[in-house]
Amino acid sequence: MAQEELSPDGTAVALRDGWDGVVADWSADKQAFSVPWGKAMMWIFLLSDTFIFSCFLTGYMTVRISTTEPWPIPSEVFALNLFGQDIPLILIAIMTFILISSSGTMAMAVNFGYARERKKVAILMVITALFGASFVGMQVFEWSKLIEEGVRPWSNPMGAAQFGSSFFMITGFHGLHVSVGVIYLLTVAFKVNRGDYEERGYEIVEITGLYWHFVDLVWVFIFALFYLW
Amino acid sequence: MAYVAIADREAELHEPKTFIGKYIWSQDHKVIAIQYSLIAIGVGLVALVLSGMMRLQLAFPNEFAFIDPHNYYQFVTMHGMIMVIYLLTALFLGGFGNYLIPLMCGARDMVFPYMNMLSVWVYLLSVIILMASFFVPGGPTGAGWTLYPPQAIMEGTPGSDGGIVLMLVSLVVFIVAFTMGGLNYVTTVLQARCRGMTLMRMPLSVWGIFIATILGLLAFPALLVSGIMMAFDKLLGTSFFMPAMISVGEPNAYDGGTPVLFQHLFWFFGHPEVYIVALPAFGMVSDILSAHARKNIFGYRMMVWAIVAIGALSFVVWAHHMYVSGMNPYFGFFFATTTLIIAVPTAIKVYNWVLTLWQGNIRLTVPMLFAIGFIFTFTHGGLTGLFLGNVAVDMPLSDTYFVVGHFHMVMGVSPVLVLMAAIYHWYPKVTGRMLDETLGKLHFWLTFLGTYSIYLPMHYLGFLGVPRRYFATGVTEFIPESVQSVNVGITVAALIVAAVQVVFLFNLFWSYFRGKPAGHNPWECTTLEWQTPQTPPVHGNWGKELPVVYRWAYDYSVPGAVDDFIPQNKPNDETTGEPHETGDAEGLHS
Repeated sequence: MAQEELSPDGTAVALRDGWDGVVADWSADKQAFSVPWGKAMMWIFLLSDTFIFSCFLTGYMTVRISTTEPWPIPSEVFALNLFGQDIPLILIAIMTFILISSSGTMAMAVNFGYARERKKVAILMVITALFGASFVGMQVFEWSKLIEEGVRPWSNPMGAAQFGSSFFMITGFHGLHVSVGVIYLLTVAFKVNRGDYEERGYEIVEITGLYWHFVDLVWVFIFALFYLW
Repeated sequence: MAYVAIADREAELHEPKTFIGKYIWSQDHKVIAIQYSLIAIGVGLVALVLSGMMRLQLAFPNEFAFIDPHNYYQFVTMHGMIMVIYLLTALFLGGFGNYLIPLMCGARDMVFPYMNMLSVWVYLLSVIILMASFFVPGGPTGAGWTLYPPQAIMEGTPGSDGGIVLMLVSLVVFIVAFTMGGLNYVTTVLQARCRGMTLMRMPLSVWGIFIATILGLLAFPALLVSGIMMAFDKLLGTSFFMPAMISVGEPNAYDGGTPVLFQHLFWFFGHPEVYIVALPAFGMVSDILSAHARKNIFGYRMMVWAIVAIGALSFVVWAHHMYVSGMNPYFGFFFATTTLIIAVPTAIKVYNWVLTLWQGNIRLTVPMLFAIGFIFTFTHGGLTGLFLGNVAVDMPLSDTYFVVGHFHMVMGVSPVLVLMAAIYHWYPKVTGRMLDETLGKLHFWLTFLGTYSIYLPMHYLGFLGVPRRYFATGVTEFIPESVQSVNVGITVAALIVAAVQVVFLFNLFWSYFRGKPAGHNPWECTTLEWQTPQTPPVHGNWGKELPVVYRWAYDYSVPGAVDDFIPQNKPNDETTGEPHETGDAEGLHS
C-alpha cells in the first residue's frame, strides 16, 4: 500500500521529474486535459465514433474476403466516361479533393476564430459547409449512377451482392455524418455571425472543426479500403 | 482554461422554476438519476416476471396453457436482454453514475446537463420501443439474447417479423441514449472534480463507473454496427450475416454472408458489457465494505489499477464466448490465455475485499450484508468462470445449465446484490429517510439463500449434461428423472426470491413516507456525497462554496482521530489524527 504523507500544512510540493511527474500532474486535482469541457467531450465522442467506423470497415473487409462471388473491380465500377474515354476513379478523386479542401477552409476558420474576426469565421465556415454539401451532392450522383447500373443493397450484376450492401451502408453512414456536419457548420456559422460567442470565446469553432476533420479523416480510410483495394 | 473553472460553472446551471422543469424535464443530475433508476427498475420487474414464467415451464412442463415453445423463447430472450442492458447497464451507469459522480467528485452537476436530460428521455424511448414488441403480430423476438443470425431473422423463429426489428431499433436508440449520458460521465470525472480531488483520491465507486463508461463508449459501437447490419439483412435483404441456406426445403434469398462475423461483433460488445456491469459493482461494493467495516479499503492503488487492467483486458477476451462456434483452434488458445489472465486482477480485488473486512469493526447493517453476500456469489461465479475459460472444459459444458448457473452467479446475482447494497446504502441520502432494517434483513436472507438454491443446483444439472435453452427435455437416456425434482426445487426458490422483491419494493415505498429520518450522514461515511449542506442535496449540490478535498476517501478508524472517520473535506488541522495520503501530494495544484 503506497501511502505518502502530505506535508503537514497540506501545501503543494514541487512536481516530480520524469514519468512520476507526468502521472502526478495528470492525476492532479485539476482538469485532466486543459481544454474546455465541450472540446474534451468531442474528443471522447470521436473516439467512440472511430470504433463505429472501424467496426463497419472490419465488417466490410470480412464479408469481402468470405464471399464466394467475384468482387467487382473498383477502378472500373467507379470510372466515369468523360470526353470519350473512361477515367477510373475520377469522381472519387474530385470528391476527395473537395473534402480535403474543406478541411483547409475549416482550419482557416478556426484560426480566424481565435483572432476574433467573426465575419471571416462565418464566411469560411459557410464555404466549408458548401464544400461538404457539394460532396454529398456528388455522392448522390454516384449512388444514382450505380443504381442505374443495377447495383442494389441486396444484389449486384457485377458479382458479389455484398459489394452493393457494403457500399451503400458505409458511404451512406459517412454521407450522413457529412450531412450532419453541414447542418452543424451552418448553425455555428449563423451564431458566430450573430456574435453569440464574443464573450464566451470561439472554442466552439474548433470543436466543430474537430468533428469536420474527423469526418474527413474517415473518408480517407473509406477511400483507401473501398476504392483503392 | 483557467483552473478556477473546475467543477463550477454556476452561470450555466439552469435553475428550474416550474414543477415540470424540476421533476420532468429536469437537468439536475440527481433527478435524472432517479428517473433512470425508476425506469430501469420498472422494466427489470417485467424481466423478473418473465423469468418466473420460464421457471414455471421448466418445473411443470406443459401444465400452463399460456406457455408454449414460442412464448418460452420470447421470455428467455426478453429476460436476458432487459436484464443485461435495460436494467443493469441503465441502473448502474444512468442511475448510480448520474447520482454519484457529481456528488462524489464535488461538482455541481454533470458538465452538460441538457444532454444528460436528453439521455434519460431517449432511454425511455428505447424502453417503450422494446415493450412495443410485445404487442406486434408475432410478438417479441425469441432468438435468444445474443440474437445470433441466421436464426434470429429466419422464418420459424418467434418474433422474426416485427419483434426482431423492434429489438434492433430499440438497441440503436439505447446506444444513442447511453452515448449522450456516457460522454457526460467521462468528461465530468476528467474535467470537473473539485479542488483537492486528485484521481487517486477518488472513491472507487467513481473509478468503477468511470472505467465502465469508457468501456461502454468503445464497446457499444460494435453492437450498433451489428444491429444496423442485421436490420439491413432483415429489411433490405442484404447478406452480411446470412449465408445461402435451404430453409423448409426452399433455398433462401440470401447468399454468401458470414454468421460468425455477427458473433465477433456481438461479443466484442458483449464481453466488455459484462464488465460495464461488473466494474461499477466492484467500485460501489468497495466503498460500502470499507464504510461499514470502519476500515480503509485494502490496497487502494491496486484496486484502481485492477479496475483499469480489467477494463483493458476485457477487450481481448471476447471470443471465449465462441469456442463452440467453429473458430481456428489457435484463436481458442489465445482467448483462453487472455481469459485466464483477467482472473488475476479480479482475484486481487476479491482478496482486497476480504482483507478490508479482516479485523475491521464490522457493522452488520443491511448494505453490509448485501456487500458480503456479493463476495460469496462473485467468488463462486468467478471460479466457475475458470472452468469455462478453458476450451477443452468449455466444449462439453457450453450448452448446458452450468453456463446458466455461472453467468447468473457472476453477472446476474452479484451485480444485483451490489445494487441492493447500494440502494440500502444511498437511499438515506436520496430521500433523507432510512429503509426499514427488519424488512431489509428479511429481504437479504431470502434473496441470498434463495439465489444460492436457484443457481447452485444448476451447476450440477450442467455436469449431468442437461441442455440449456430447451423448452422441455422430455425423456432421454442421459437425464435422470431426479432432474425434474431439482427443477421443481429451483422454481420454488425462484418464486420465493421473486416474491421477496415485493417486500423490497414495499420497503422503498413505505420508507419514503414513514422511514426513520436519516440525518445527513447516517453511516458515518467519509466521501463527499455525505457532506452536502442539505439532505437530500438540493440543486447545485454545494450551496455557495464548492467543497475542498484534503484526503483520500477511506480515512476510517484513523489512530488518534476524534471520530472514527474523517470526511474528505475536513482540513488536517481539524483532526488530531494523522492525515492519510495516497501519493500524488505533489500533484496538488493549490
